[in-house]
Amino acid sequence: MWSEAEQRELEEILKKYPTKRSALLPALYLAQREKNWLDDDDIEAVAEALDVPVTDVHAVVGFYTLFRREPTGKHMIHVCTDLPCALRGAEDFYLRLTERLGLPPEGGTTEDGMFTLEAVPCLAACDKAPMCQIDLQYYENLTDEMIDTVLAQLRAEARQKTEA
Amino acid sequence: MANDYLKEHILLRHKDIPDIGDIDVYLSDGGYEGLKKALETMQPAEVIEAVKASGLRGRGGAGFPTGVKWSFIPKGAKDVYIVVNADESEPGTFKDRELMEYNPHQVIEGAAIAAYAVGAHTVYIYGRGEFKGPFVTLQKAVDQAYEKGILGKNAMGTDYALDLHLHLGAGAYICGEETALLNSLEGYRGYPRSRPPFPAVEGLYAKPTVINNVETMANVPGIIVHGVEWYRQFGTEKSAGTKVFSLSGHVNRPGNYELPLGVPIRYLIEELGGGVPNGKRVKAVLPAGESSLMVPEDKLDTPMDYESMAAIGSMLGSASFIVMDETVDIVWAAEKMIHFFKHESCGKCSPCREGTYWLSNVYHRIRSGEGTMEDIDLLPKIVEQMSGNTFCPLGEFATSPVKASLLHFRHEYEQYVKK
Repeated sequence: MWSEAEQRELEEILKKYPTKRSALLPALYLAQREKNWLDDDDIEAVAEALDVPVTDVHAVVGFYTLFRREPTGKHMIHVCTDLPCALRGAEDFYLRLTERLGLPPEGGTTEDGMFTLEAVPCLAACDKAPMCQIDLQYYENLTDEMIDTVLAQLRAEARQKTEA
Repeated sequence: MANDYLKEHILLRHKDIPDIGDIDVYLSDGGYEGLKKALETMQPAEVIEAVKASGLRGRGGAGFPTGVKWSFIPKGAKDVYIVVNADESEPGTFKDRELMEYNPHQVIEGAAIAAYAVGAHTVYIYGRGEFKGPFVTLQKAVDQAYEKGILGKNAMGTDYALDLHLHLGAGAYICGEETALLNSLEGYRGYPRSRPPFPAVEGLYAKPTVINNVETMANVPGIIVHGVEWYRQFGTEKSAGTKVFSLSGHVNRPGNYELPLGVPIRYLIEELGGGVPNGKRVKAVLPAGESSLMVPEDKLDTPMDYESMAAIGSMLGSASFIVMDETVDIVWAAEKMIHFFKHESCGKCSPCREGTYWLSNVYHRIRSGEGTMEDIDLLPKIVEQMSGNTFCPLGEFATSPVKASLLHFRHEYEQYVKK
């Protein structure tokens, strides 16, 4: 399941630690990178690469919220709605976004498979609420117009990629 | 002037020197002089003594004296580790992210000095999974430090070998608790460990380990370069130095502000934060994020240091001030905080796992208009069963929103059940 490049990357990661098991979270990130979630084969591949029992890997995957066991959209949108952000209107901002994306209040994946939207606890950007994290990038001091522009850009990029 | 209490920034130095994240700028501004001085002219024990004498206390929240923590590492121990806690996840706290993104070399330098002081040759910086983006910036700074020979086999051209690695968690508030962090770094679920043994004796990979917060590390270079007296000119006798205060919620200018310890809360909110929007009054402030006991408006003249904040029945902690104005429904706010702790309870011990679950249920009942007076009385009973009985501080923190909101704003609960 590992590509040659991933294999090399994994070897680099392993050099950082005295035990193979310490590389578990980084290896899971690597396995999750391409399709945004982990299937059973990914979990087995990680277990095998690190000599960790498969059940242990499952236990770890289940503990941490950033590992996903189901397909998601192309981009993950995490909107913080915790107290400091909520005091600055983040809950309403999030709810309006679910409506514009045609999603229920609990979030989910858009029909075109582009975005998975989730409300999450604190992302350490409380002074710049409303804010969200899309994949790695933080977007801060957001208005509805700003987030719509960002999402439209991501959609346009995806279209360009499929056409090319 | 950084502000009325501080001529120039000591921690948030990028506010005075915008490009300080670049290693050449950092070096030309005296960067890595502290590490050089420590490695070339000081014995490890002298470094520990200096940090002890400085009065620096852990900036992650517990406020434990940093030099004392370092001195717990057994003399002559092999395979010692330094772990920098960058798991910054307390709602309202966003200082470590700014330090790592904009002044990363000061954090790296502090960690390197700490490593030399305790005889560690490997440093791990453990960041929360959501910091994958900020860690790209931090990794660049680490790479620069290797290229310049500051880190590596011969740190600063000496025979001291020093490696520094970044490690990301994957979304679990509990990993900010230092022993849970160690488990996570070893590739396990982030469950807290029982103490003793303390990490200084058996920490990472069962080896002696020092765990310090990002901001704590950023304090170290200045102490070594300028000395203990220089450091002690800031702050109070028992709370020495400057601190980054994260200000959020109902203020006109939220953000990170650096102040010496001991400045009144009011100055932070009114002068630096520009006061509450639309001329509203402050109802309550959470001084150390959601884990802390909220204090009402009449406490705003309290000095922000460890002792004074404890004296008003709260804590300084990570100094993350969340301001709530007079329009805030305190029961709503408390429910939100309980929801957070329920979500983040690791599930290891039942008082926390079940306690946060029941608190959440009772809040839901009260807030949906189906609560009774008995429900209000049930809340402190649940708190009593959690308090002192949980495996780690998370369960204790989870009781803070309930205790403080009932103490100061019980009438708001009563309005809900009378409706």
